[in-house]
Amino acid sequence: MARKLKMRIWRGDADTGALQDVTVEANEGEVVLDVIHRVQATQMGDLAVRWNCKAGKCGSCSMEINGKPRLACMTQVASYGDEETITVTPLRAFPVIKDLVTDVSFNYKKAMEIPSYEPPANLKPGEARMQQVDVERSQEFRKCIECFLCQNTCHVVRDHEENKKSFAGPRFFIRIAELDMHPLDILKNRKQKAQEEHGLGMCNITKCCTEVCPEHIRITDNAIIPMKERVVDVKYDPLRWLGTKIRKREGIV
Amino acid sequence: MEFLPTQIDITKEPMEVGPTCHYVMGGVEVEPDTAAAVGVPGLFAAGEVAGGMHGSNRLGGNSLSDLLVFGRRAGMGAAEYVKSAKAVPVSDAAIKAAAERIQAPFTRSGGENSYSLHAELQEITHNLVGIIRTGAELKEAIEKIAEIRKRSANVSVAGGRKFNPGFHLAFDLDNMLLVAESTAKSAISREESRGGHTRDDFPQLDSKWRQVNHIASFDGKEVTVRKQPLPALPKELFDLFDVHELEKYMTADEIAKGGAR
Amino acid sequence: MSGVFSPTRAKIKERTLRTDKWWLQPAITFGVLISFVIYATFRAFENKYYFAEPLVSPFYSPCLSTSCVEGASLFGQPFNNQYFGIGISPALFILIFPLGFRMTCYYYRKAYYRAFWMSPPACAVAEPHTKYTGETRAPLILQNGHRWFFYFGLIFNVLLTYDAILAFRDAEGHWGHVSVGTLVLLLNATLLWLYSMSCHTCRHTLGGRLKHFSKHPVRYKLWSWVSVLNHKHPTFAWISLFGVAFADIYVRNVASGAWTNFYFF
Ligand SMILES: Cc1cc2nc3c(=O)[nH]c(=O)nc-3n(C[C@H](O)[C@H](O)[C@H](O)COP(=O)(O)OP(=O)(O)OC[C@H]3O[C@@H](n4cnc5c(N)ncnc54)[C@H](O)[C@@H]3O)c2cc1C
Ligand code: SF4
Ligand code: SF4
Ligand code: FES
Ligand code: FES
Repeated sequence: MARKLKMRIWRGDADTGALQDVTVEANEGEVVLDVIHRVQATQMGDLAVRWNCKAGKCGSCSMEINGKPRLACMTQVASYGDEETITVTPLRAFPVIKDLVTDVSFNYKKAMEIPSYEPPANLKPGEARMQQVDVERSQEFRKCIECFLCQNTCHVVRDHEENKKSFAGPRFFIRIAELDMHPLDILKNRKQKAQEEHGLGMCNITKCCTEVCPEHIRITDNAIIPMKERVVDVKYDPLRWLGTKIRKREGIV
Repeated sequence: MEFLPTQIDITKEPMEVGPTCHYVMGGVEVEPDTAAAVGVPGLFAAGEVAGGMHGSNRLGGNSLSDLLVFGRRAGMGAAEYVKSAKAVPVSDAAIKAAAERIQAPFTRSGGENSYSLHAELQEITHNLVGIIRTGAELKEAIEKIAEIRKRSANVSVAGGRKFNPGFHLAFDLDNMLLVAESTAKSAISREESRGGHTRDDFPQLDSKWRQVNHIASFDGKEVTVRKQPLPALPKELFDLFDVHELEKYMTADEIAKGGAR
Repeated sequence: MSGVFSPTRAKIKERTLRTDKWWLQPAITFGVLISFVIYATFRAFENKYYFAEPLVSPFYSPCLSTSCVEGASLFGQPFNNQYFGIGISPALFILIFPLGFRMTCYYYRKAYYRAFWMSPPACAVAEPHTKYTGETRAPLILQNGHRWFFYFGLIFNVLLTYDAILAFRDAEGHWGHVSVGTLVLLLNATLLWLYSMSCHTCRHTLGGRLKHFSKHPVRYKLWSWVSVLNHKHPTFAWISLFGVAFADIYVRNVASGAWTNFYFF
């Protein structure tokens, strides 16, 4: 059955903007994106909102709902109280373009800075062989839908614009971890680069990225902390460093 | 399969299930080797937007292989084309007309709402041009689509040009109408059932219909559909099949010929 | 103006629009940790009631200074009871190890960065600091030394397990007895082992650092088991903290004569 839902929607652009009150019909089983679309179709024809799949798989509809970074298409209206006003704003870590749409190009720039997969030079197409146990860890990270909710929530850049130049962010730490754990990747110095160029040391493992990830990737526990430990292996552990000089060890490159 | 975190416990309560659009089988007619669009020089199409690849029903997983093979061909075809192509002359008048067309929805006020027209079009195609169709329904759909097309000329849009979904939809509507009308007119012409097309009034597969494709074209006002014969199956492919298997799909004549030589 | 109030961001004046009780979790963490710190400080300086044959408080084990009471020092007394004229409680000589272990623990770091330093206080709640460099500089770069504390932590686990084993005696030193104190020390040692085994450094050391699990089936198995424990590391961090505090409270009350250590047999 339909009910009247009170909402506050942030409308504006880079120069100015404000929360606007609206009342809209909400039907049983609907998600926040559904009611935003209804607002758009009936009251605010030019309301800017990004979306694509409405199935939590494209990562387009990232926004902040009652202050929490979420996918609008995976947020049930019924998860809020009957009398509760639902407030939606654009992501607050990225430059706003218009209404609920932000410029997420920061993330594409960071993606390009991560050195890509490097297989052994003599590996011909079709010859790559990997064992399941060796790719398991990397596979978790491949679930990423690039919604950038983690990037948006991470206080390192959300609360400190100036850190954007030196911090790749959680989405790209899982990319680095994926490649560092990849059984066929041979690129050296990924660990050193993670620390020296991609800002791994800026992360203080406070886990907000993990809290907001809609794919439930255990970003901090399975990617960031293991990478921090790998960095210790090559940078802050003199004994291991010595060990690698004496005899070549698995994984330490 | 993942479900939304809903309040429904599907082991106790019924769950609502419905069909949605998964794939568009038809599309831009292209040369198979270069992916060049027939009749529109310089246009190349590959993937779901191209037609003719998957026959009446795309098999699961085949879209990916389609994208890989024909994406490559389209890229190479386009690269080859630009080597010899000259810039297409565009008149100032054409540019002006295009600019005016883009501005038009802003100059009107109190016109049609693009979202409402979109919703109506969805309703029509969902109810009347769905998986199971009848001639009467398709006829009704064609009339209603024509109505929407008339009203769509009078869409008005609020706000500015910057990231304005209502404005984008005003243009998308033209394309949606084109696809809806082409689908409905091809479907009413094809008096048989095959693949993703089920005619309740013609429930049987008819081998004669396998020999033709429907080609839709648009004159700026409405879509016309003509039948175009399909090339016969080459002999080397014909020979790969068990004849009894082919008998299900081919006419006795075709079987007797044994493929094209 | 920086952070969410930077010029390019959506102009929203609130530091957060969260409507839930986001401050509750950091407030609880703050309250519990500060209580523990206050109690532990008081006990470390109290310098008495830490030994009641056969029970020794985990705060004072191993007891290494000349002021240690009779029977509490199992490994000699290499330290004096005072330096430069200042009396030093034996707890202070060893405190750095368990303290350092917990201070550099990945989980506690999260907990105190949020609750004490408010960096950030909660997710999507703007932090009060204008500058932030994370763990890239001194002193926080020292957090990378967690593994050294982990190794020392293991030694302490062995010692405290030994203490628990010694508690299978009665006050006269006869073996084969079990008291409430035995169970308390045993529980404490068990929780400490669970805390250490679930540690991220442990997970990394046993197998996490490998690139090819397939070449190291045994370490892969160990890594898989530890990964299960690692999932519960925050839980073990808390209950083992309570375990240590409780073991100390128990020994203190027995040593001061307030409670009698009940023997089952
Ligand atoms: C739910 C679902 C599951 C599927 N599962 C499978 C499967 O398991 N295996 C399989 O093989 N196939 C599957 N398919 C089909 C397959 O995914 C699609 O057919 C395929 O992705 C289409 O790719 P494409 O590149 O041709 O088109 P699209 O991926 O649709 O790309 C079209 C692009 O054009 C852009 N665009 C549109 N209009 C404009 C414009 N005006 N200007 C500029 N850009 C524009 C769009 O933004 C989009 O990026 C599935 C489809 C669906 C819906
Ligand atoms: S755990 Fe690290 S990367 Fe993730 S949100 Fe916190 S600081 Fe950012
Ligand atoms: S890691 Fe999770 S939160 Fe981050 S971009 Fe990928 S899916 Fe989104
Ligand atoms: S619309 Fe694709 S994730 Fe929400
Ligand atoms: S003890 Fe917590 S991570 Fe090591």
